[in-house]
Amino acid sequence: MPHATVAPVQDAILPILQRYDRDPQNLLQILVEVQHALHCVPPEAVDLVADHLGATRAHVRGVVGFYAFLSDQYLGDFVIHLSDNITDRMLGNRELAEYLCSRLGVKLGKVRADGRVSVNFTSCTGMCDQGPAALVNGLPVTRLSRERIDRMVELITARTPVSAWPTEFFEVEDNFRRSDVLFRRPFEPGSAIQAAMLRGGDETLKDIQLEEALDPASGKLWKRGADETLKELYRSDLRGRGGAGFKAAIKWETCRDTAGGERYVVCNADEGEPGTFKDRVLLTSYADMVFEGMTVCGYVVGSGQGILYIRQEYWYLKPHLEAVLARRREAGLLGSNILGTGYAFDIDLHWGAGAYICGMESAMIESIEGRRGKPRKRWPLPVVAGVRKCPTVVNNVETFAAAGMIALKGGAWFAAHGTMHSTGTKLFCVSGDCERPGIYEYPFGVSVREILRDCGGSSAQAVQVSGPSGTTITRSEFDRVLAFEDLATVGTMMVLGPKRDMFELVENFSHFFQHESCGLCTPCRVGTSLLVNLVDKVACGKGSPMDLEEIQKLSHIMKTTAHCGLGQTAPNHLLDSLLKFRTVWDARMMTTEFEPAFDLDEALEEARQLSGRDDAEAHL
Amino acid sequence: MDHTKTFFLDGQEIPFKEGQTVFDAAMAAGVYIPHLCHNPDYEPHSSCRLCTVIVNGRPFAACTQPAVAGQMIQNDTPELREMRRTLTQMLFVEGNHYCPTCEKSGHCKLQATAYDLGLQDNHFPQFFPKREVDASHPDFVLDRDRCILCGHCVRVSRDVDRKCVFAMTHRGIKTEIVVDSPTGLLKDSRLTMEDEAANVCPVGALMPKRKGFQVPIGERPYDKAPIRVDSVKNFRIREERRHG
Repeated sequence: MPHATVAPVQDAILPILQRYDRDPQNLLQILVEVQHALHCVPPEAVDLVADHLGATRAHVRGVVGFYAFLSDQYLGDFVIHLSDNITDRMLGNRELAEYLCSRLGVKLGKVRADGRVSVNFTSCTGMCDQGPAALVNGLPVTRLSRERIDRMVELITARTPVSAWPTEFFEVEDNFRRSDVLFRRPFEPGSAIQAAMLRGGDETLKDIQLEEALDPASGKLWKRGADETLKELYRSDLRGRGGAGFKAAIKWETCRDTAGGERYVVCNADEGEPGTFKDRVLLTSYADMVFEGMTVCGYVVGSGQGILYIRQEYWYLKPHLEAVLARRREAGLLGSNILGTGYAFDIDLHWGAGAYICGMESAMIESIEGRRGKPRKRWPLPVVAGVRKCPTVVNNVETFAAAGMIALKGGAWFAAHGTMHSTGTKLFCVSGDCERPGIYEYPFGVSVREILRDCGGSSAQAVQVSGPSGTTITRSEFDRVLAFEDLATVGTMMVLGPKRDMFELVENFSHFFQHESCGLCTPCRVGTSLLVNLVDKVACGKGSPMDLEEIQKLSHIMKTTAHCGLGQTAPNHLLDSLLKFRTVWDARMMTTEFEPAFDLDEALEEARQLSGRDDAEAHL
Repeated sequence: MDHTKTFFLDGQEIPFKEGQTVFDAAMAAGVYIPHLCHNPDYEPHSSCRLCTVIVNGRPFAACTQPAVAGQMIQNDTPELREMRRTLTQMLFVEGNHYCPTCEKSGHCKLQATAYDLGLQDNHFPQFFPKREVDASHPDFVLDRDRCILCGHCVRVSRDVDRKCVFAMTHRGIKTEIVVDSPTGLLKDSRLTMEDEAANVCPVGALMPKRKGFQVPIGERPYDKAPIRVDSVKNFRIREERRHG
């Protein structure tokens, strides 16, 4: 089958290069499209892309090598990626993977000899409330079961193209279980931009349109609307919804006040934190609100260009998002003359390609510019020198949605909800052992217990708050509240029922961080692997108390010296587990003394092979 | 030169110029901060993390941290020494570094830093990676097992030589150097003896051929002076050259 040959590679790639203007900054976008077209980025594609972009082959190979969804090997006519978050494991994905592989006659991680199909694990695909999940040729399949797998195997055997598979395979539910003030009522497209432009006066849109100087530098009404909207944002005290909680108004004002020609508004839809899926729901059902928030931001900071950086796992949303953007352009809500005022702003989609690190601001900007998603130096901050070294606002999807509503309804309205230091409402992504997994909107300050009650998960022994990089909460802590004052969170709540083996959590999370470390800094690159080795050592019954001390020591070093948040938070789950679930570690100890990590006899294997011996004397 | 502003490094008052990093100001004042991925001739990129210092209670990489007047900074503390020792051990175990048989010995920043930090062993189990050795080039050998991913060759070939001969590929613990050439081999690349990138490797990963033991053991830079003395001296020579 189509092991790519030179001619088809050219035929596939040239139009893609054309579409992306042969711009080296579009390298990642080009490679993503090549991967979708050919199910690999073969060496001749690397050569061709490098030649046309004026980039080196090494650079292109480096980018291909960095992102998990780009591959230099042909991955088969049908490429299956099984989501491997702890919630997928709790729903039996490992057993299903075995079943799938045996039915297909394929080895996990390998392409079948006839080139038909490959099966691989991948980090969480953001379908935790409807798992176990998979991606087939980039499209999400949810609620995997043996029956569903049987049907998939039939379709693959019959070579039925994915486009002809029954649509129910690809149905993705919102599962929006509880809405509060932000998402209770439908959003009227255009209403927030109009409110922003008119804020602080009693003119109508017509007055702005008639104003002689439509240039933002001199337009009086124009400037007043932007300034007043920023004041409302200050009044709202809106903090970033990505988890860190930086105040949005400070970011916007800094961007506005930093000298520089162009400015960029970047919406972070990388949503890589396992267990998180709110951005997927927002972009599915509230895309207008998100785009409107970005447009308001552009208007306030003086930017003409927005970028939605969205993770590859949500590729299936591409037609939908493009349609929403097209509709907004037609309605005069994007483009060169927004609401007839002369204000120009548009939004491009940029696709990730499988890299958790790209959720980190400066790594995302590197990725937007077509490079490996490696975090930049700490200074200058992206808000001062971000995309193409221009002042750049990077906010989470949910932050933009909230900002749009603040522009519409005012800061005081927003600040009336939530707590003193965490205003407004927050979306929570609930998954795991509960009756009603899905999205829940609550005012900040809600307790873990209340959410567990509402989702039908009250019997939980623990909740993983804010994903693997967050905090493990035990029963005695269920009255703690979700707010920046106590438990800061991106909104992820993975519920662990009373029968779960809490050690499986640390196994899953430690491997996740090892896989996602970008490799830039020593403590994270090597530390995540050392931690995995120690966890695996304990898992196979060879652990000793010394190893647990070692985990703590390494964790401390990583938290202190790692370059970015990934390495600094990667050991959190281990420290929590050792503190709160020590018994699951102790139960795996065979000895209280030291145990070596390696098998001495196994270590002699290479010597045996070299000497051609395998007799009893050559073994211990 | 305006040297009126100062910060405190382990209690010592260090003058600095506006825009200077903590690292540069400290080295100019004769205070060594351990480092491996930074070479003062080039832009820092803070990846090895050995230069981590505690600024007003928070950790930062000295090589990229701008100096601010009045900062209280800790550098040579038992805790930071211990962390740097561990980071150096990490670098030793993720690659294959056998000093006794390595021609770079006595000239190697990883080895010299290990001595400086009092490293007695590797502590962690070795990873024993099997990375490709590229001996195809008539003048150089690229032994990826000895690479510490400092990125010097990548940055210098790009920024100084303007050739982009090197890049990184893969990620995490699998990160490795990739060579720009049709075959991926050094012999087909544009690397030449004159390239600055060819002579910038701080360890034994990129080494010239036919130069083995031209400088006898015992007479190599770090045989003569420990790295903390040698690098401060070189930093000052460089500063004097730059500022006349």
